Amino acid sequence: MKSNISRLNKLFENRVRLGIMSVLSVNASYDFNNLKDVLGVTDGNLASHLKALEENNLIRVNKQFIGRKPNTSYSITENGASLFRDHIKALEELIRGQ
Amino acid sequence: MENEQNYSEDIKTIKKIMEESSRFLSLSGLSGLIAGIIAVVGGCIAQFVILKIGSHGISGLLSRITGEELANRKLLLSADAAAVLILALLISVYFSVRKAKIKMQKIWTPVSRRMLLNLSIPLISGAFFILVFYLDNQWQFIIPSMLVFYGLALINAGKFTYSEVFYLGIAELLTGFLSAVFQEFSIFFWIFGFGFLHIGYGLFMYRKYE
Repeated sequence: MKSNISRLNKLFENRVRLGIMSVLSVNASYDFNNLKDVLGVTDGNLASHLKALEENNLIRVNKQFIGRKPNTSYSITENGASLFRDHIKALEELIRGQ
Repeated sequence: MENEQNYSEDIKTIKKIMEESSRFLSLSGLSGLIAGIIAVVGGCIAQFVILKIGSHGISGLLSRITGEELANRKLLLSADAAAVLILALLISVYFSVRKAKIKMQKIWTPVSRRMLLNLSIPLISGAFFILVFYLDNQWQFIIPSMLVFYGLALINAGKFTYSEVFYLGIAELLTGFLSAVFQEFSIFFWIFGFGFLHIGYGLFMYRKYE
């Protein structure tokens, strides 16, 4: 059982990060404001978690202009997708094993 | 024990967020139900008031009349169809907005736009063909086209909303095929497809999700 718990990724312990990864794993990309709406979190909170995920190469930031407005959207990296899959697998095994 | 609870909570949260962020879940079963009833009424008006035909079907009757009478019947049938379409659309928009408000969700999101785009491509293609058939008096193709293109639209949009919409699309498609084969009964297939399938679907969805 211990080995399974150690397989849980510390980066995904936080609910907001778990939420961000969930959204990005089923959508090709999602922008900041829509992420905020789906997850129901504040700007600052979301931004800090996005930054942590980006620094660990789990998500990618795409900045562009839509008309004159800057738009920041996020997508999952291959590394992020595979780590998130492992995390879900570990969670499921923990639930089943106990 | 506490951890176990947390793990299943995590999995539940992940699933819920995946679904909410990628599917438009404000479609209401009630709108399906009411739209279905409107379609039954509209279809019966077409069959029993405008056409008053026994066993020859739309194309049978309309190919036997000409001139002013044909123009009149065409106008009445299109008015009837347009009224059903507009009422059904207004009702589904009204109930979706209401459901989104109750769930404190936005209605105009990337997901709802994606769903509408995927719904409208087959629908607009269908509308184009139906207009051509209508102008050319090719009656036998109109009802099958309505059902088949609507079915394809639902199958396409089903990826971005409740997965049941996909199966409703398959049922509409099959009804469309039958209406093409059994031409004399095509109006009844129309009433079944747009009326009773929607009523059944609406009831099912209302009981399951609302």
